[in-house]
Amino acid sequence: MNIYVLMKRTFDTEEKITISGGKINEDGAEFIINPYDEYAIEEAIQVRDAQGGEVTVVSVGTEEAEKQLRTALAMGADKAVLINTEDDLEDGDQFTTAKILSEYLKDKEADLIIAGNVAIDGGSGQVGPRVAELLGISYVTTITKLEINGSSATVVRDVEGDSEVIETSLPLLVTAQQGLNEPRYPSLPGIMKAKKKPLDELELDDLDLDEDDVEAKTKTIEIYLPPKKEAGKVLEGELEDQVKELVNLLHTEAKVV
Amino acid sequence: MARKVLVLGEVRDGSLRNVSFEAVAAGKTAAEGGEVVGVLIGESVSALAQEMIHFGADRVVAVEDEKLKQYTPDGFSQALMAVIESESPEGLIFGHTALGKDLAPKIAAKLGSGLISDVTSLEEAGGNLVFTRPIYSGKAFEKKIVTDGLLFATIRPNNIAPLEKDESRSGDVSSVSAEIKDLRTIIKEVVRKASEGVDLSEAKVIIAGGRGVKSEEGFEPLKELASVLNGAVGASRGACDADYCDYSLQIGQTGKVVTPDLYIACGISGAIQHLAGMSNSKVIVAINKDPEANIFKVADYGIVGDLFEVVPMLTEEFKKLKVNA
Ligand SMILES: Cc1cc2nc3c(=O)[nH]c(=O)nc-3n(C[C@H](O)[C@H](O)[C@H](O)COP(=O)(O)OP(=O)(O)OC[C@H]3O[C@@H](n4cnc5c(N)ncnc54)[C@H](O)[C@@H]3O)c2cc1C
Ligand SMILES: Cc1cc2nc3c(=O)[nH]c(=O)nc-3n(C[C@H](O)[C@H](O)[C@H](O)COP(=O)(O)OP(=O)(O)OC[C@H]3O[C@@H](n4cnc5c(N)ncnc54)[C@H](O)[C@@H]3O)c2cc1C
Repeated sequence: MNIYVLMKRTFDTEEKITISGGKINEDGAEFIINPYDEYAIEEAIQVRDAQGGEVTVVSVGTEEAEKQLRTALAMGADKAVLINTEDDLEDGDQFTTAKILSEYLKDKEADLIIAGNVAIDGGSGQVGPRVAELLGISYVTTITKLEINGSSATVVRDVEGDSEVIETSLPLLVTAQQGLNEPRYPSLPGIMKAKKKPLDELELDDLDLDEDDVEAKTKTIEIYLPPKKEAGKVLEGELEDQVKELVNLLHTEAKVV
Repeated sequence: MARKVLVLGEVRDGSLRNVSFEAVAAGKTAAEGGEVVGVLIGESVSALAQEMIHFGADRVVAVEDEKLKQYTPDGFSQALMAVIESESPEGLIFGHTALGKDLAPKIAAKLGSGLISDVTSLEEAGGNLVFTRPIYSGKAFEKKIVTDGLLFATIRPNNIAPLEKDESRSGDVSSVSAEIKDLRTIIKEVVRKASEGVDLSEAKVIIAGGRGVKSEEGFEPLKELASVLNGAVGASRGACDADYCDYSLQIGQTGKVVTPDLYIACGISGAIQHLAGMSNSKVIVAINKDPEANIFKVADYGIVGDLFEVVPMLTEEFKKLKVNA
């Protein structure tokens, strides 16, 4: 089984967010594997262990994503590929990223591609389905269970809390939802081994892509923080009076009931 | 610039979801004086066309086929591409729902277009249509514009106000035929877990319980309060992990993102991952025993106290309010 995982290096959103020069301030911030991509990596490793084959983790980004790719290798992936856009591209959007990934994947004969269902920073959830469409393969998003039987697959998809049991066949792209598995932590031997595993670096040229082919279709013109909330009103007095006051405030001041 | 905008109406259990009316309103803004065309896809959906028109669509195009009874990416994209081919729109608006999130990127890839997802507002500014959307799990916002090609967006439920319903509006309803074939994913079974009644992502009032609710029965007072306020019940992951309720109720970074008018958090500490799902609610009320709980930092109003005392009292007060109203 030839398995690929799409992995994004993301800003840890538990971090405090500040803006400088119209951009999210990244100095000193913690970067992590997008949490949903951890589920994707774990699932890929489990499928490989059960079915045989190889897991390759791919990321579009800059040199800095090497750290997260090494972590994926330490978890148990076999190979990693960084598509480094640093020298070629200034801007990008989901069109850009999906196009690059699909150009890389198009001749790889992947049986299974696993992505996260959404990146916690950019938050669009576009990249997985876009890549599947560009490769001409089917996809199932937000999955909580995957069973592979020869060339067919049974998948459970989370649909706003309901579950759909879906039958489909390989090649297939799925996107991971919370509940799919419990991602493992890299073990010490895993970390040692990861140092020797291949981490290839490609550029747009290697994919026969020009800047024009991947030019973004959308543009961010402003980034801002939500207005700071005034400290809320913690009510005081007898509980009974607090409850009365609250109902009154919701009715007359906030006007939401 | 006037443009023709297609708006996908989303049907659930035989009726249109609220987000579809919000999408029509967004479509009106995006059309800048051009035509707003509703699109309905399903086995038998054209009866709903008038309602889209009452909410502001100029006309409606329906694609009906028994193979479209359930949503599949292949079936719905074939139907939608047939409409796009016959209408040649300059804009497309879907809801940012399970269906919209699944389908929109596929259509964008087919058309080679951009797509701005999870939009909370849009406006014309300086000759551009500017889309605002949350990023970094709601901790920041970005404004985006389309620089090339089709104007395509999905809108977050409960953020863009629908237009006033006007039953005197009328418009043409037509059908487009599409060959629906070779569906590569087949839905064998749907296991319903989400609560009946008010849809969490579209609810105007949400009463959410956390680990402080302590048991499955502990959710009962919350349900009563929700029913008085015609709201829905939600939960923190803490409550779901402890098996007090189903994961379908989970709100937060890995659960649903909600923006009701009123969010009442009961026995929820306010972890960052929970806030990611609800901090953009219009008014937040926190009920917690611990005065230091983080949830008070985002709450507009707080009561420090035992939820099992406070919630039933609230239910009674709201009942009185309703009687007097
Ligand atoms: C050259 C370049 C410059 C960019 N500049 C900016 C910028 O200035 N501002 C900005 O906000 N964004 C920028 N981006 C990123 C881009 O806008 C999106 O963030 C990116 O396409 C992913 O979209 P998303 O975050 O919505 O991810 P989603 O679509 O939500 O991600 C879903 C899943 O897709 C996969 N995936 C997503 N991104 C990648 C990736 N890079 N590599 C591998 N797999 C991935 C993961 O499995 C992920 O879980 C740039 C991208 C490029 C290529
Ligand atoms: C990757 C990741 C994703 C996550 N995603 C989510 C998510 O989507 N949604 C989410 O909610 N969490 C999520 N979490 C978990 C999150 O970090 C918290 O663990 C969780 O939100 C805690 O739930 P809680 O507030 O109910 O429980 P606790 O933190 O245990 O808080 C319980 C609160 O109840 C109060 N209390 C107890 N008894 C009473 C009483 N009788 N009356 C009033 N108050 C009382 C206590 O003072 C306390 O503040 C995620 C975590 C990770 C790592």
